[in-house]
Amino acid sequence: MMEERPFNDTSYEQFLKESKIMGSKCKKCGALALPPRAICVSCLGTEMEWIQFKGMGKLVAFTSITVAPPYMAKEGFGRNNPYSVGVVELEEGVKAVARIIGVDAKKPELIHVGTPLKAEFLEKGEGSGKQIFLAFKP
Amino acid sequence: MVGGGLTKLGLFKDRNSKDFFTEAFVEMAGSIDKGFDPKEIDAVYVGNYSNDFFVNQSHWGPIIADLLGHVPKPVTRTEAACASSALAFREGVLAIASGLYDIVLVGGFEQMSKRTTEEVAEGLAMAASPYEVAAGFTFPGVFATMATAYFAKYGVDREILFNVTIKSHHNAPLNRKAQFPMSIRDFMNSRIEKLRKKGEPIPDWKDEKDFLRDPIVNPPVAWPMHLFDCCPISDGAACLLLVAEEIAKNFTDDPIYLAGMGQGSSYSFHAKKDLTSYEATKYAAKEAYEMSGLTPKDIQFSEVHDCFSIAEIVHIEDLGFFKPGEGWIGVAEGLTRLDGSIPINTSGGLKTKGHPVGATGVAQLYEVWVQLRNKAGKRQVPKSNLRIGAAHNFGGTGGTCTFTILERR
Repeated sequence: MMEERPFNDTSYEQFLKESKIMGSKCKKCGALALPPRAICVSCLGTEMEWIQFKGMGKLVAFTSITVAPPYMAKEGFGRNNPYSVGVVELEEGVKAVARIIGVDAKKPELIHVGTPLKAEFLEKGEGSGKQIFLAFKP
Repeated sequence: MVGGGLTKLGLFKDRNSKDFFTEAFVEMAGSIDKGFDPKEIDAVYVGNYSNDFFVNQSHWGPIIADLLGHVPKPVTRTEAACASSALAFREGVLAIASGLYDIVLVGGFEQMSKRTTEEVAEGLAMAASPYEVAAGFTFPGVFATMATAYFAKYGVDREILFNVTIKSHHNAPLNRKAQFPMSIRDFMNSRIEKLRKKGEPIPDWKDEKDFLRDPIVNPPVAWPMHLFDCCPISDGAACLLLVAEEIAKNFTDDPIYLAGMGQGSSYSFHAKKDLTSYEATKYAAKEAYEMSGLTPKDIQFSEVHDCFSIAEIVHIEDLGFFKPGEGWIGVAEGLTRLDGSIPINTSGGLKTKGHPVGATGVAQLYEVWVQLRNKAGKRQVPKSNLRIGAAHNFGGTGGTCTFTILERR
């Protein structure tokens, strides 16, 4: 049961594997959090319920990375193959950091803040090492 | 504050952290006008971010106590990413203010050159939030992202950053301890000289900004952050001797006093309400201004944590030197230059002086101390009655920020 999962990063990642973007909603003040939090940072309440985010939002900030960390370089990213990441503000009002796909990372001048985006679930690795990452695309 | 020391910053693969701290300590001891006996140091506080990762050695406190002959008296290591030694300074101040100690050594150090650039980048990213790293962010990437938010909010572009870089590099050749003591014009001339020797065509750069626009010499790291927007990887150490106010004159006739200090914390980048401001900086500044009874207008010069060019613009707004959205205008108008109304990073800043992360907080305070004592030589702030200076230190992606105001009486 969804309700029995703790409001933490592990549950957030489990939900991503089920293609769901799940955050917490404070029962006391209604504040939303993504990833979920056990303690509300608005009213410090500890009674939470799950909320599923629709995955629709807009780009509020981004970059195109040419000097990649080792774990991204392994995937073939780097000087000649940059990738984009950014901050997305969801319709529900919370923000998330994520990969931005479906844009030309080689031409960051053509990527615009304000662009409408929708969520996509990216798979990395295989078998038991398989992980799902949240990404957004126009 | 009665004494200070700072190593020459740079990459020194044949020396280690103990060598760096020794160099800073020896300079500090020699800087105390009336001399002092190191045996009188009650306690030592040292900041270090991640020598654990950079040189595979933890538990640095006792290594420093051993080095200085301080054993068996207490030593404490502080860690707050790039703000590690600002916290060492703060702990030292609190220990004296509490009445527990009278004489405290505070310092910081980092040894980064043993690792490859990629490894250092990975080590630094450990100080970002786990969410940012999982999404593929690098350190430059976080600040680059903030830059795009700033550009979109205020209708500006990458060109505003060039003024920060040119200004910082203007101060660098005036600081003999700087890692890159070169102006942008010096870089241009050196590049032209290299190309001439190779017999290759010389680019037609009209001025410094034109040079910075050239992706061959200034390639992107994380757009819009390019090479010349980013501080270097550095080795180095810094330390200061703090003593109780009542005994300061036993050490020097010209001590520098703490007027106010503050420290703040922050949420992860994505959970920030405003991507173009740091609440940790604002909180630290509010505390420091309240403690000192001073306002931003009273600050005559300041070191700010310019790990990336856009960071300097955001910080000078958060600290109240400029209104939100107007920091870049102040920089463009030359107000933050050495001869401007509010000189920023007279040392050349992290960008040119260097950024051995654990040493930086105290290294910034060292610069303020040198300036207030009128001993900064060619980079001395040209103001008569220089009395109030400040330093802003910033850890990780803004998770820990400090602001410290120093005063000459």
